[in-house]
Amino acid sequence: MSIRILFFVLLSLSFYGCSSTEEVQDDATVVDQGTAMGEDADSQTYGATEAGSYDMSALDDPNSPLATRIIYFEYDSSDIRPEFRSTVEAHGAFMVANPNVVVTLEGHADERGSREYNLALGERRAESVRRQMAILGASGSQFRVVSYGEERPAIDGHDEYAWSQNRRVEIIYR
Amino acid sequence: MIIKNRFAFIVLFILGILINANTHAFEIIIDEGVEKPIPVAIVPFGWSQAANLPPLDVTQVISNDLTRSGRFITMEEKDMPQRPTDFSAVNFRDWKLLGMENLLVGNLTLNSEGNYDVEFRLIDVYKEKQIAGFRIPSTQAQLRRTAHEISDIVYEKLIGIRGAFATRIVYVTVNKNQDGTKRFALQVSDADGYNPQILLESNEPILSPTWAPDGRSLAYVSFEGKNSAIYIQDIQSGSRQKIASNPGINSAPAWSPDGSRLAITLSKDGNPEIYIFHIASKSLRRITENAAIDTEPAWSPDGRMLAFTSDRGGNPQIYEVSAEGGQPKRISFAGPYNAGSEFSPDGKYIAVVNGEGGAYRIGLLDRATGQISLLTDSRQDESPSFAPNGHMIIYTTTGARGNALAAISVDGSVHQRLGLQDGEVREPAWGPFTNR
Repeated sequence: MSIRILFFVLLSLSFYGCSSTEEVQDDATVVDQGTAMGEDADSQTYGATEAGSYDMSALDDPNSPLATRIIYFEYDSSDIRPEFRSTVEAHGAFMVANPNVVVTLEGHADERGSREYNLALGERRAESVRRQMAILGASGSQFRVVSYGEERPAIDGHDEYAWSQNRRVEIIYR
Repeated sequence: MIIKNRFAFIVLFILGILINANTHAFEIIIDEGVEKPIPVAIVPFGWSQAANLPPLDVTQVISNDLTRSGRFITMEEKDMPQRPTDFSAVNFRDWKLLGMENLLVGNLTLNSEGNYDVEFRLIDVYKEKQIAGFRIPSTQAQLRRTAHEISDIVYEKLIGIRGAFATRIVYVTVNKNQDGTKRFALQVSDADGYNPQILLESNEPILSPTWAPDGRSLAYVSFEGKNSAIYIQDIQSGSRQKIASNPGINSAPAWSPDGSRLAITLSKDGNPEIYIFHIASKSLRRITENAAIDTEPAWSPDGRMLAFTSDRGGNPQIYEVSAEGGQPKRISFAGPYNAGSEFSPDGKYIAVVNGEGGAYRIGLLDRATGQISLLTDSRQDESPSFAPNGHMIIYTTTGARGNALAAISVDGSVHQRLGLQDGEVREPAWGPFTNR
């Protein structure tokens, strides 16, 4: 049992080391730290070069709805769950107010079923978030949509909890 | 004496590890074989240079092939009444007394050019007749392949279908870098896991490898450019060509049986659709048009039809459409989830991932009846790929330790695990027959 826990911790650590995102997970709540990590430098240097062009403080405020950068989904679904609607809307409103801001919407799926279908599913989730933001008036040029399908799990486990954490869209400011 | 033996054992064990690390990527473990395997005695082949060890234990390779296929039972060397190396030396009476039906005898000879000749005879003991006999010229580098070719012939003569031992498979491995990040590698090896070669390594995901029908090239998807892109790579030279890197997904390449086209999935026009890419002209033709997900195209062996996965009916199911385009027709109805098509070499069946009640299993969809028979019974199986003789399906199975490879016969009677040294391995694709 203790080995399993250790395994889980190691995997979690390795995830934080390699991920192209910047969240720190504490149970299910996700708080963005706003720090660049990992090798994929070009996808997390957000704000640093354009700090003068929009109000960075909203992005850095841990109490702002903008601090939530991950939207979770149900199995085989790309519908935005009611509890995430306000988060998506807050990001959409922020983008409308800051037309120079560009986000990458990174869609992901859990590991079950076929990889290629999951790649499509990840994209549909990211598209679902993009559409919601676009409805508020964010422009098409403010988005980059990329799907990793099941290839970049947030958690490497093979159980319901891991799957629930892996069915997600990550909102990445750059 | 005991200490000495133990020491020898340890030395052998260490040597074994070193040899394993250098020469084979995984080991085939047979979990289940057919009820009545065919008995065959593979008599150690004669060797022309008795003073030295032969460059390869050819009979061991053949014996492993046949045993791991689950369809043969080989006689242990110590139980053999004699060790003939040609037909005239066989004492049929002795073998009949032991109930042994089939004998494989042969010789390995170093010829004057420094190459090898492998001569063998497959003998029916009860009829006292030669079933097959060949001499195959070989080289040190090719000896292993030659041994697999002999296994193929034995399989064909005793079972009626060409064996698929002298083939290769491609797969993706995932290991951890020292800093804990993932390292993806596209690898090709012999069908028994020997001679692994890395074709591509990346810190970004690699997926969906698929063979060109001539076995010389592969197509696959790589995220090395921070988005999915489809590449074609020549196996021998390593040279490659990026054929699709549009905004959105670029995935699921499948080679047409004539080798001229790839069916692919692109979402550049808004959502995932099936396209056919003509390799020489680089022209692109759209096949599907639907607001749902359409992906995972697979070609029927005659090149006329494409099977693909679509959730246009509400959940993922298999559809077929003419490779010329037209109205797709749903062909899978059993269970809420069917995806990941792959046609059997005779075109009668489509292997699918069938999901029901939270379990994902490999199933065989009968194109004539629409019925799906489940082949596996674990919780999370995917990526089925037929052996070119249609007898076995290799697939990925996921357990507590992650992705591993397994294989099952299409009749469900033979089950193999393909144990990897470490790390995860997935997305196997079984290569075609290549010419002898």
